[in-house]
Amino acid sequence: MSESLRYIQAVNAALTWALDSRTDTVYFGEDVALPGGPFGATKGLHKRFGSDRIFDTPISETGFLGMALGAAMTGLRPIAEIMYADFSFVAMDQIVNQIATIHYSSAGRWKAPLVIRMQQGYSPGACAQHSHSPEAYFAHTAGLRVALPATPDDAYQMLRTAVVSDDPVVVAEARMLYPTRGPVRTDAPVEEIGGARVVRPGADVTVVAWSRMVSAALDAAETLAADGVDVEVVDLRWLNPLDFDTVAASVARTGRLVVAHEANLTGGFGAEIAARAAAECFADLRAPVARVAAPDVPMPAAPALQAVVVPEAATVVDAVRRTVRA
Amino acid sequence: MGLPDDYRLMARIRRFEERLAALKDAGEIPGSIHLCNGQEAIPVGASRALRDGDFVTATYRGHGWAVARGVDLAGLFAEMMGRDSALCGGRAASPYLSDPGRWFVGENSIVGAGVPIATGAALTAQRTGSGAVSVVSIGDGAMNQGNVHEALNMAAVLDLPLVLVVENNVYSEMSRISDMVRVKQLAERAPAYGVPGRVVDGNDPAAVHEAVAEAVERAREGSGPSIVEAMTERLVGHYSGDAQHYRPAGEIAAARQREPLARVRAAADAELTARLDAIDAEVAAEIEAAVTAARAVPYPDPATAKEHVYV
Repeated sequence: MSESLRYIQAVNAALTWALDSRTDTVYFGEDVALPGGPFGATKGLHKRFGSDRIFDTPISETGFLGMALGAAMTGLRPIAEIMYADFSFVAMDQIVNQIATIHYSSAGRWKAPLVIRMQQGYSPGACAQHSHSPEAYFAHTAGLRVALPATPDDAYQMLRTAVVSDDPVVVAEARMLYPTRGPVRTDAPVEEIGGARVVRPGADVTVVAWSRMVSAALDAAETLAADGVDVEVVDLRWLNPLDFDTVAASVARTGRLVVAHEANLTGGFGAEIAARAAAECFADLRAPVARVAAPDVPMPAAPALQAVVVPEAATVVDAVRRTVRA
Repeated sequence: MGLPDDYRLMARIRRFEERLAALKDAGEIPGSIHLCNGQEAIPVGASRALRDGDFVTATYRGHGWAVARGVDLAGLFAEMMGRDSALCGGRAASPYLSDPGRWFVGENSIVGAGVPIATGAALTAQRTGSGAVSVVSIGDGAMNQGNVHEALNMAAVLDLPLVLVVENNVYSEMSRISDMVRVKQLAERAPAYGVPGRVVDGNDPAAVHEAVAEAVERAREGSGPSIVEAMTERLVGHYSGDAQHYRPAGEIAAARQREPLARVRAAADAELTARLDAIDAEVAAEIEAAVTAARAVPYPDPATAKEHVYV
């Protein structure tokens, strides 16, 4: 069965599924229960499941992420919501030093089956402190799983996968995608963790993207098709576990690679993909790997400035053209 | 329970730490160690108020809590020796070890970070109705960390069964706590969280027990968290190798007159002294046996270094 849902409704449906089907799941964060979340992700959940299962916390990201860890270690399966991904930075100790390390540092005797749900990326007028795309920090941290759903269906499927995972998972949604609508397979079995996906086959160049940049890459591919350039788009979906095999297989077919993300260029996860491609796909590459990213500036708030900072379909088109000409 | 039992447990912790320091000097312990000599009455008195299933979270100065909660002594030594211990397989060592088998949520090497985690253990106890409490020990310096503030306020608004034991040894690592706060007692902050706060003699296990038992009872009946500030003194440095130049002359010598074991000894008559001597001998043999057993534990197989990052 497939329903047409907006991305944010798919998130709500996945959370409803989690609270409904797993009695050890608790959900907490800022303004998530009575207010239903600033974007409506948890709309109706408090009414349905009550304060035992979903509750509001003080504005204390360190406090409630630590609480999520302690609860996960001792028997609950918490989902903690970080309202904006930018706010995760005030809680990085709990994420990096605590949540990510306890399973390893106890030789597997403690588990931390928790989900940190957040949404990220720019939106018009949002300042530098509400626009970060911090996925590379989390992907850099051993012990975390990292999910970046790009469609309503993946918002549903990947969040459910995160909920059943016994590892801590950061699920970073894209705020700009919340209004987008698409078919959601609400009766599909819960997927295994990981797996990139070829979302558009093509022969000339591979564009690897995730989150909002997947739709930008698909738009770019349409533009380029009119020029006779056949673009293959790979939605990476999970940065951890990383499915590089799907990327390598695509590059083996196309011989060219462009990586596109909204995060800043330097140290972005695109650098990791480029480095792996250099190491593992060297013989297949007929052109240097190109990266599409925001330049290394804090995100400006004014739309006039954002327009030259935020990578869009046109940025991908330019990068692909350079790569194909090389 | 009572004096000889408390003495035995305190002596076990003291002997453990002294033996650990000797092993460190002998090159058998890699890395830094943080000893709790002088502070033994706090985990001993507090643990007497707890039962199996109650969670304890401590700091890198937490060996005393592990010992008081019955974590295997040989396992502790082996873990700290960097061996493949049954506790953490050599991945945690002295400052970050834990033991789910004894509900020891564990130490933490980030000051104050255990308090939010202990709050989570309290959340589990509350939501599952297990009746367990979550006790978390921190030092005086941790009271200036934001994580403690966030967790304490959150535990208060959620009425979580949390007991915060502040071991005030008057040094915030290597700086006097009186230079770091504008209150005389850290428990004075309790009203700001709407929770009870008490100051007790942290060198008297009976006083610690009484205060922690009251806080535990309050937590178990669903009335929320409490702060117990236990006043004590560190007989050793912040870490192994700390020359303690910052401590005034005579301070440690004076502390040695007030520390919990010396205090029991000073008040003992001839008969009790003989019993204490016997306890000391038994504890020394027990610790030596644990060291011997720990030395028999192999070092971890390097081929396993990447194991356990993920489930």
